[in-house]
Amino acid sequence: MTPSPEATSGTGALVGAVALPSIPSGGGWRIIAAKEMSDHLNGVRFLLLTIGLGLAAVASVAAASGGIRDVAPAASGAPAIFLKLFTISSDNLPALVDWIAFLGPLLGIAFGFDAVNNERTERTLPRLLSGPIWRDDVINGKFAGALAAIALILAVVVVVVAGVGIVQLGVVPQPEDILRLLAWYGVAVVYIGFWLALATLCSVFLRRAAGSALAALSVWLIAAAFSSFLVGSVADVLAPLPADATFEQQLANATMRQDLSHLFPGNIFADSAQAILDPSVRTTGLVISTQVDRAVPSVLSFDQSLLVVWPQVVGLIALTVVCFGAAYVGFMRQEVRA
Amino acid sequence: MDVTAIRTTGLTKRYGDFTAVDGLDLEVGFGEVFGLLGPNGAGKTTTILMLLGLTERSDGEAEVLGLDPARHPLEVKRQVGYLPDEVGFYGNLTGRQNLRFTGRLNRLERRAAEARIDELLASVGLTDAADKTVETYSRGMRQRLGLADVLIKDPRIVILDEPTAAIDPVGVLELLAVIRGLAVDRGVAVLLSSHLLPQVERICDRVGIFVRGRMVEQGTVQELAARMPSREVLVEVGVDGDPEMTRAALAAIPGVAVRDQSRLDPRVWTIAADGDRRRELVGILIAQGLPVFQVHRVGIELDALYQRYFQQAEGEAIHDAVA
Repeated sequence: MTPSPEATSGTGALVGAVALPSIPSGGGWRIIAAKEMSDHLNGVRFLLLTIGLGLAAVASVAAASGGIRDVAPAASGAPAIFLKLFTISSDNLPALVDWIAFLGPLLGIAFGFDAVNNERTERTLPRLLSGPIWRDDVINGKFAGALAAIALILAVVVVVVAGVGIVQLGVVPQPEDILRLLAWYGVAVVYIGFWLALATLCSVFLRRAAGSALAALSVWLIAAAFSSFLVGSVADVLAPLPADATFEQQLANATMRQDLSHLFPGNIFADSAQAILDPSVRTTGLVISTQVDRAVPSVLSFDQSLLVVWPQVVGLIALTVVCFGAAYVGFMRQEVRA
Repeated sequence: MDVTAIRTTGLTKRYGDFTAVDGLDLEVGFGEVFGLLGPNGAGKTTTILMLLGLTERSDGEAEVLGLDPARHPLEVKRQVGYLPDEVGFYGNLTGRQNLRFTGRLNRLERRAAEARIDELLASVGLTDAADKTVETYSRGMRQRLGLADVLIKDPRIVILDEPTAAIDPVGVLELLAVIRGLAVDRGVAVLLSSHLLPQVERICDRVGIFVRGRMVEQGTVQELAARMPSREVLVEVGVDGDPEMTRAALAAIPGVAVRDQSRLDPRVWTIAADGDRRRELVGILIAQGLPVFQVHRVGIELDALYQRYFQQAEGEAIHDAVA
């Protein structure tokens, strides 16, 4: 609602070098996202991370293609050999998917740790918010812009790897391979999005960029280094495993470990990546030997694989939403000047 | 319907037990410069943030261009230019890029925005520095860029928070002239806050003295001065004669006290009179054969006011901080 023309014409004639465009009430986040993304793309950070991740990717693909060639005779006719490029690890280099699982958090943190506190140290927040935008446009736009930059890096890496693979191995991806790859790509973006949201959360509450980066990095380190230890000790308390444990007790303990480990985004991502990219993976859960007794080894179709990882993917999205939600609420409640 | 640029009634902001702004009644019309004057921590910035819808008020009413800023912040912010205290820009971008971003935020049409950016950069004297990154700018340059940034959206109201704090005296004069021009030539309503009363009083149509969240005095500078118990007027007199004779002649005039002899130019004296006695003064000095080359009423009629409210409040604040 704007004042009626009669009410404003008296002074409107005096100030009118540029015609006032009508203001759409939404879309402010897009302007901020575009600025964030262009900042990222022009920044040193983007260059370094792309080069770093690109080198890691090319190295692991070179190793993987050697590995694939070694097993090629035996594997001819094996399903989805193209995707093995992404999942085969050599002796000294992890597979590309493991690289992403490991370095993804770093990518997310690098693009998010100074999202909000940088506006505060540069004192740009009051000026920014005095523009005709909503307050949440700022945090939404920053998240969207950074995620777009991350998605771009990841896309570059995947395309490079696929290209190298096609040239080196002469393996052409099947349509289903491409679908699987896209699905994995989507999950990877959500996974890195979780770490971006975590870093954004830190940047909302910690006023100094260095402190925020350290906090986010320590969460990552703790999750990466101690997750199995934490999961093990908590599971042993909740589902004790005495020396003479029965089968049921062992199963309960193992199930508990499995469930707890899926509280960590890294584990969720690794499990879903395996199941999406490898059609012969039939479950991410526990398999008891009696269940596979006399089972015919076969592969899952794409939609069946998706079904296998669906709970994990939903969990990952939920974690990301919770984290971003906390950052959002925190930002909305903060005073503009502080 | 007549829309006032800014109108508040009983505007109040509390943070817990602390009342930052207490029942503020304020009215600013188009073409008027209103000075919100008060010591640091008086609640000036909080008031401004409420007017822009950037902070929720606790009580009272606020209308900006006839709109409630808490409920229609976008419409308000589209037409109000705000220059924050110690304005910040993105250091990695150039001055021009920063302005371009503001233009985009305000949904200005690209080509019109470019032309306007060039024009504004020229008018604040930053054409040469336009394509350098802002991290190389001095504080004064940032402040000038801030002014361009405010004007890019062609606002109908301009709110300036401590606009003169960061700049040198010459810069202050230029800035004040620009602000005055906005109000006079373009009918913009200007609300400026400052803790430097003597600097801004000369361009303000009306001023409000704001101390500890309360508006203690409001009116034109003359009205406020008239309300002061002491009607002391300070005058600078330049006399090209023997210093001792001049001092004696000045001191002999009834109701006049010699306050100061300028260290920069010993011919210039500051005297305090109980009213505007400039004509009388010149007559007496000339009659005594003392050549007067300058008589200048110093713009600190509100000196007493300043003493009474600002320094007292700042003293108490220091006292509070120590205790």
